[in-house]
Amino acid sequence: MTDQINVQAAADKFLAAIGRPLASWAEACVKCGLCAEACHFYQATKDPKYTPAWKILPIAKAHKARTGFLGMLGLAPKITEKDLKEWEELIFDTCNMCGRCTLVCPMGIDIASITGATRAAMAAAGVGPEDLFAAAENSRDRGSPLGLSPEKLEDRLEWLADDNEIDLPLDKKGADVLLTVSSIEMMKYPDSIVSMAKLLNHAGVNWTFSKKGYEATNFGYLTGKTDIAKTMTMRIVDAAEELGVKAVIIPECGHAYGVMRWQAANVIGRPLPFEVFHITEYLAKLKREGKFEFKPYSKPFTYHDPCQISRRGGATADARYLMEGLATDFREMTPTANSNWCCGGGGGVQAIARSAPIRYKVFKIKTEQVAATGVDTLVSSCANCRLTMDEAKAATKWTGGLESIVEILAEHLVTKDDD
Amino acid sequence: MDLLDFARGPAINVAMAVLVFGVLWRLLAIVFLGKPVDRTVPRLGTPGPFMAGVREIARRMVPHPTFAFAERFAFFNGWVFHVGLAIVVFGFRPHILFVKNLTGLSWPALPSGVIYAVGAITALSLTAALIKRLTSPVQRFISTADDYVSWLVTMAPVVTGLAAVGHVGARYETLLAIHILSVAVLLIWLPFGKLFHAVLVFLSRATTGAFLARRGV
Ligand code: SF4
Ligand code: SF4
Repeated sequence: MTDQINVQAAADKFLAAIGRPLASWAEACVKCGLCAEACHFYQATKDPKYTPAWKILPIAKAHKARTGFLGMLGLAPKITEKDLKEWEELIFDTCNMCGRCTLVCPMGIDIASITGATRAAMAAAGVGPEDLFAAAENSRDRGSPLGLSPEKLEDRLEWLADDNEIDLPLDKKGADVLLTVSSIEMMKYPDSIVSMAKLLNHAGVNWTFSKKGYEATNFGYLTGKTDIAKTMTMRIVDAAEELGVKAVIIPECGHAYGVMRWQAANVIGRPLPFEVFHITEYLAKLKREGKFEFKPYSKPFTYHDPCQISRRGGATADARYLMEGLATDFREMTPTANSNWCCGGGGGVQAIARSAPIRYKVFKIKTEQVAATGVDTLVSSCANCRLTMDEAKAATKWTGGLESIVEILAEHLVTKDDD
Repeated sequence: MDLLDFARGPAINVAMAVLVFGVLWRLLAIVFLGKPVDRTVPRLGTPGPFMAGVREIARRMVPHPTFAFAERFAFFNGWVFHVGLAIVVFGFRPHILFVKNLTGLSWPALPSGVIYAVGAITALSLTAALIKRLTSPVQRFISTADDYVSWLVTMAPVVTGLAAVGHVGARYETLLAIHILSVAVLLIWLPFGKLFHAVLVFLSRATTGAFLARRGV
């Protein structure tokens, strides 16, 4: 994207990132091609360049150039500007870091981690989609990728609180739990925020939002801009530490959960002094404690597993547990749970405008999955999946409905008013 | 020194030395890179890295249920030539004698007829793997010279071994010498190309097992 491509910076970044895990993966591929079967980008296009194994090439080349037998003699080819440019589309536009290909690989190679490391190297070199990079820079400079500054957050919370007659605490001293937001929700699906608040208030949780650390999405991580990833993580960590909360809740957003739950401690270099929950995990915990009673939800529906919450997050069962006793006609799609197909928008791909045509093709896989269940409502627990699918729905004229699990739970909550 | 003496003597000895040093070098180069410390809190009730690693090594011996259909040829054929190679390498009397001379270890051999049959099946299975690689657009696209060289150096000892026991094409001694030389080439190539997956498979799978188990997947 930029005029100046710093190949050396990419090579250095690769070298710094490659420890035992990445090296084992980068060297182990037997070129069996099975991973193509698992990747929606290959399945939607049948173009062999979308074979996940092909995405190993830059890191493998950079690694070999420094550490292989020939590399040590200085004879191995080095990574070039052309490599970085050529792989930009594969590493950014057409990898959701969804981990589906990891399931199928006989060698267990984790392409998602390889993509993550390769993005960091490319970002260091100045290679990557401009709009995705802008989202990261906006997050750093204005608080959020969609321009949700602390002041705007306060405004919008006030407006939502008034409009919905609900308590939305901000910077409440003594709170036990810090609730974060995804700016996608705040700007496009505010009902989801009101729903989380309604459920937490009902369960008697002592929670708050914070002006200091509210944005859960982390475009620093998605772009591979590690400094921005750290800044975004630190905002939440600082807010949580200042408030002294015991837990941080990540809203309906997949990668935000992945980053805070499975990376943040490593990003900041010390264990987090609080627990991290995805909203479905936290609500499931409250449900187990007997805090909720729900009215039946009788619309037939199926559930889309956000990759970073299910396959990469380990919270697959909680969404099902939340639907138990509430949904009267819930149908699992095939394949489902940890094997579910990705929406095509994860890993920041949703924010890359030029990837829209291929995302729409990928969406067809999802609509076919939904059609096979015989329902026309698709529920999810990630605002980014929802936005990806909402856009694709409009573009492909799909007639099904897209809903949020948290909103359904809040709508069907049995409250005092129901008595 | 005739060709057979050369093959049995310096050639195979050098090849074995290259194998041992090559494998150790490449493996240690990876191991010494070190593992980044993971400060995240593992999900409650999940196995530790060692158990998770062992579990993953075992789990990937069979296809993932979701992809069983897509993987059917690769897994079936893969199993056939891997097991076939193991049977031929470790079940044939002359091979066992070779190992005994080298290490003092020995074990019962399989009947020669079985070895010949397994050798033939292995050669067919490797041929099928090559045809698949050449005809599948995905595999052809991602394959490099390493994949074809690795195929060739694996196939060569099987074919030359079958030719030697069948006395096809030349004197037995010459065929045997060629067979041993082809094994030497295989041993020398193993640490450098993709055949090193024979070692890396454990490391790669175990790494993924530990990575995913921590998250409770
Ligand atoms: S499935 Fe694994 S080993 Fe096979 S080509 Fe893909 S990355 Fe390589
Ligand atoms: S992580 Fe997902 S999107 Fe990326 S290559 Fe693998 S299957 Fe495809």
